Amino acid sequence: MADKFDLVVVGGGPGGYVAAIRAAQLGMSTALVESDHLGGVCLNWGCIPTKALLRASEIHHLLHHLDEFGFAADNIRFDMAKVVARSRKVARRLSMGVSGLLKKNKVKVIDGRGRLSAPNTIAVEKDGKPVAELSAPHIILATGARARQLRGLEADGQRVWTYREAMVPAAMPKSLLVVGSGAIGIEFASFYRQMGAEVTVVELLDRILPVEDEEISDLAAKQFTKQGIVLHTKSKVGVLKKSADGVVATIETPAGEQRIEVERVISAVGIVGNVENIGLEAAGVKVDKTHVVVNQWGETGVKGVYAIGDLVGPPWLAHKASHEGVVCVERIAGKDPHPIDVSSIPGCTYSMPQIASVGLTEAKAKAEGREVKVGRFPYLANGKAIAMGEAEGLVKTVFDAKTGELLGAHMIGAEVTELIQGYVVAKTHETTAAALAETIFPHPTLSEMMHESVLDALGRRIHL
Amino acid sequence: MPIPVTMPALSPTMTEGRLATWRKREGDAVKAGEVIAEIETDKATMELEAVDDGTLGRIVVPAGAAGVKVNSVIAMLLEEGEDKSALDRAPKAAAPVAVAKPAASVAPAPAPAPPAAPKPNGSARVLASPLARKLAKEQSIDLASLKGSGPGGRVVQRDLASASSAPVAARPPVLPTEAGTLIPHNNIRRITAERLTEAWRTIPHIYLNVDCTVDRLMEARAELNARAGLLPKAGSSPDGTKLSVNDFVIRAVAFALRKVPEMNSQWTSAGTLRLASIDVAIAVALPNGLITPIIRRADTKGLAEISSEMRSLAEKARAGKLMPEEYQGGGFAISNLGMYGIKDFGAIVNPPQAGILAVGVAEKRPIVKNGALAIGSVMSCTLSCDHRVVDGAIGAQFLTAVKGFLEEPMTMLL
Repeated sequence: MADKFDLVVVGGGPGGYVAAIRAAQLGMSTALVESDHLGGVCLNWGCIPTKALLRASEIHHLLHHLDEFGFAADNIRFDMAKVVARSRKVARRLSMGVSGLLKKNKVKVIDGRGRLSAPNTIAVEKDGKPVAELSAPHIILATGARARQLRGLEADGQRVWTYREAMVPAAMPKSLLVVGSGAIGIEFASFYRQMGAEVTVVELLDRILPVEDEEISDLAAKQFTKQGIVLHTKSKVGVLKKSADGVVATIETPAGEQRIEVERVISAVGIVGNVENIGLEAAGVKVDKTHVVVNQWGETGVKGVYAIGDLVGPPWLAHKASHEGVVCVERIAGKDPHPIDVSSIPGCTYSMPQIASVGLTEAKAKAEGREVKVGRFPYLANGKAIAMGEAEGLVKTVFDAKTGELLGAHMIGAEVTELIQGYVVAKTHETTAAALAETIFPHPTLSEMMHESVLDALGRRIHL
Repeated sequence: MPIPVTMPALSPTMTEGRLATWRKREGDAVKAGEVIAEIETDKATMELEAVDDGTLGRIVVPAGAAGVKVNSVIAMLLEEGEDKSALDRAPKAAAPVAVAKPAASVAPAPAPAPPAAPKPNGSARVLASPLARKLAKEQSIDLASLKGSGPGGRVVQRDLASASSAPVAARPPVLPTEAGTLIPHNNIRRITAERLTEAWRTIPHIYLNVDCTVDRLMEARAELNARAGLLPKAGSSPDGTKLSVNDFVIRAVAFALRKVPEMNSQWTSAGTLRLASIDVAIAVALPNGLITPIIRRADTKGLAEISSEMRSLAEKARAGKLMPEEYQGGGFAISNLGMYGIKDFGAIVNPPQAGILAVGVAEKRPIVKNGALAIGSVMSCTLSCDHRVVDGAIGAQFLTAVKGFLEEPMTMLL
C-alpha cells in the first residue's frame, strides 16, 4: 500500500526542500525523499562549505597584510585539517537546520532514493531494498546535478579531483591545475592560491569567467595574474600522466604545447543533470542531453510530474532552484505566481576579488540590437573601499539608451556578492536610470559606487 | 473640524461620476438642503445638496472633472466659526461621510460631453514600474487602462507591449499539456477579445445587405492599373502601384458618409456625436488579433492617395508600429474578406464607431439585366449598424449610396 500525499518531492537540495516547505505552508501534505544529506550539494558540498573555506583564505590574506593596518605578528601558520573541519561543521550545522525546518513544517522526510515507478507513484529504495511507496497527484523531481567528467580527465579522487574532493583536502597541495574557469574553478583557484599553492588555470574559451561581462573578465584576469595565478585561455588540457606524487599535464596553448607538473588537478568543466535511474524514460518525461525539459512552471508535459533546479538546466544556481520550487508549488496550489525572468537571476563568484552580476552584459545587450548607455565607477575613487584597503574593482552598469531600463550590472571587488542585490531589486522592479539616480545611497559605503555608476551612465558622475 | 463632502453614489451600480458644475464657490456660505453642485452620471444629472450648515472651504475636484470615484472627497466644508486654516489641520484621508445627499433627478444629461473624456490622472493610484510609467508617457497610453501582470497587479513593461509600438517583451513559452497546447494571450489578443465582447454585449446590431454589380468598377480599375507609374510606389509590396478593389470601397464609403452624415456618428453616454471629419477605419488581420488603422479625411483623398496610405498603414500594422492616433477613433469601419473568397458575412461594430461594412468577394454571378439573365461581377456588402445611433432607414440610405458609388465609379470622380 502506497502512502498518500498531496505532493512528493524527490531530492532535498535547495530546490527540493524549499519547494516542500512552501507546499506545506500552503496546506499540502508533503513528503521529501533524499538519499544523502538534506540541503543537497549546495549546503553539503557546494555554496556553504566553500564559503567557509574562502573565509579562511581571506583571513590568511589579511594576516599576511597586517603591516598595512599597523599590526605585527610572527609565526603565522594554519592547519589544513582544522580549516576543513570547520567547513564541515558549518555544512553539518546547516543541514541539521534544514532537517529542523522540514520537521517544523510537518514535511515527511524519507531516507532513500526515489524513482517514478508508476503514474503518480514514487518507489523509494535504500541500499538496494525497497523501503517505501509514495503516491501523490503531484511529484516534483529535484535530483540536482553532478560534476561533468571529461574523457581523459576523469576524476579519481586521488590526483584528479572534482569539487567534492577539493573541498576536503587531506593536506595542502603545493601545486594545482584547475581545468575550467567558471565560478567553481575560479573559487578553488582563488582559495588555494590565497592559501599558498602554485595555481594554473586552463580555460577553453578566450577569457576566464566567460559568462561575465568582458571588461570584468579582463579585470579579474589581471588581478589573478598579479596574485601569481597562471592563466591559459584558448587552451585545453591534453594528456594527464599520473605519477606517484602528482600529475604531469600537457596543455595545448595558442603559444604551443606546455608541460607542467602539479600535485593535484581539479576538474571543473561544468555539470550534468542527475537524470538517470529516476524512472524518466518509463514515465515519458522528455530529456534533452542531461536535462529534463520543462516549461516556465516546471511542468514536464507528463501530468503531475514537475522538475526544478539543476536537473532542468542552467543557470545552475541554488537561488534559481529555490525560486523555481516556489513558483512550481504555488502554481500547483492554484496561486498566481510569476515565472522566473532569467535576466534577473544574479550570479556570484566568491573569489578574491569577488565577482557578481545580473542581466545582460554590454556585448549581449548590443548583440540584441539595443542602443546602450554604460556607466562605470572604480573602487579606487570610493572612500570606504580605500579605508578598507580594498581599492581595486569596478562597478559597471548597462542601460537601454532609449528607455533608461536597467539591462545589466557587473561588479568586481570587495563585497560585490552582497552589493549586487541592490541592482537585482532594481531590475526586477523595472527601475530606470533616472529612478536610481534619484535614490539616496548611504555614505560612506561601497554601495555609493552603485549610485555613481548609474550617474556615469547619465553623464553626471560626481566623484571622479 | 472641516467636514469632507464626498462623491455620492447616485445609483447602486455607480462607481464614478462627472462633476458637472459647482453651484457654490469657495468661501460661499451653505445651508443644509442647499444645492452645492451638479453631478453627472452616464444616465442623468443630479443635484448635490449640503446636509450641514457651513462655508464651502475648499473645492477639491474642479468642475468638469470626469471619472471621479464614488466616496472620494470632492470638497471640504468649514463648520461655523472655523476659518480656512482649519483645512490644513484636517486629516488628509477623511473617512467617507455622507455629508451630501443627491436630490431628485432633474433632467437627462444636457450638455453634450466631449467624446471619450480623458480620465483625470491621479484619481486613483496606479501601481506601475518606473519603466512602465516612462514608456506609457512616451506612447500616450493611460496606465489606468492597462491590466497589470506584475505582483499585486502592478503594470510592468510587458503590459505595454500591446497594439502600440512598445518593445515586445519575450513571450512566455507555450505550455504543453495533455488537453492540447495553451497559447498565452498577448495584449492584442486580449484587447481584441475584450472589445469584441463589449461590443457584442452592449451594441444592438442590425444588418442590411446589398449586392453591388461592379463590372464598371472592375473596368475602371483595370484601366487605371494599366497606366503604369500612375500611382506613387508605397511600402515594399511588389504590387505597390496597383489600385485594389478595397481602395474603391474606401472611397465609396467616404463619399456615402458625406452624403448620409447621420451614419458618421459615435454613441456616447451624453449624446450622439455627429463627427465633423470623415475618418474611415479598415480592419487588418494580425497573426494574433485585429487592428483597425484609419484613413483620416478619406473623402478629401483621391484613389491614389488612399491606396498608398492604406498600404503603408497595413504594413505598419503588421509590424506592430502603428501609433495610437493611427488606429483610435473613426466613425465607420470596413472589413473586407473578399481576398479569401468569402461571399457574404456580417461584422461586429467596432466601438466607438457606429457602423461597419463587411465586403465579400467580387465574383461572376448570374444577374438579371434588362429582364434577361446575364453574367455580371457582383460583390455582396453587409452593413452592421449600432441601432442606438442609426435606424434601419438611415442605414438603408447609406448602403444605397455606397452601392451607387460602387456601381457607377464615375460618380466618385465628382
